[in-house]
Amino acid sequence: MPKAVFRDEVRRIVEEQGAQLVEVLPREEYEDEHLPGAINISLKELDAQTTAGLRKEAPVIVYCYDYL
Amino acid sequence: MSPRAAWRLEGLGFSPVYDYVPGKVDWFAAGLPKEGKLAEIPTVGEAARPDVPMCSSEEKASEVWRRTEAAGWDRCVVVNEERIVLGLLRDKDPGADPEATVEEAMRLGPTTFRPDTPVEKVAERMRKRGVSAVLVTSSDGKLVGVLYRDDAERVVGVQL
Repeated sequence: MPKAVFRDEVRRIVEEQGAQLVEVLPREEYEDEHLPGAINISLKELDAQTTAGLRKEAPVIVYCYDYL
Repeated sequence: MSPRAAWRLEGLGFSPVYDYVPGKVDWFAAGLPKEGKLAEIPTVGEAARPDVPMCSSEEKASEVWRRTEAAGWDRCVVVNEERIVLGLLRDKDPGADPEATVEEAMRLGPTTFRPDTPVEKVAERMRKRGVSAVLVTSSDGKLVGVLYRDDAERVVGVQL
């Protein structure tokens, strides 16, 4: 079950566990601004093929714009 | 959107999967670094002075003001132990009572801006309202610094 995390935890998981950040917003929004090191796979394109570049052995953190 | 993405990734065999629920708005509002086209636009977080004096509400206002002036500042930010902004102390606030506390003398609810706000936008608002400085706080109310209009206008001028 995915776990909700907040800012400090995100920083810790990235630093200590090499977590992969994935922004699931559309490409244009990602290109405007995103978290350092994040890759972009929009929700509509999230499948086995588009996630093939992600490491299965490392944690993944997904995010979008805000709570909504 | 991100909860659905998190579940989807788990379904694709990834584990553990975390959902950063407050999203990138929360990240940028905390003044943390960003990448992308907008990363080049100067923000108030970058132009603010982080070394602005701070004090607690229990201190004597007259002593705080003496210390603030001696350090060459025109304001002191009142914060709690978590660095949350409670108020602001300016030059005339300590008043005539040497025993008055900061709590009694401070100005409540100073105007604040988030660190990721474009400095150009804030400089314009400050100019229109004749404000010489504003506080910069993170989304959880923690002090980031003080932004002087001179600094803001210098940054905007450099940009132009």
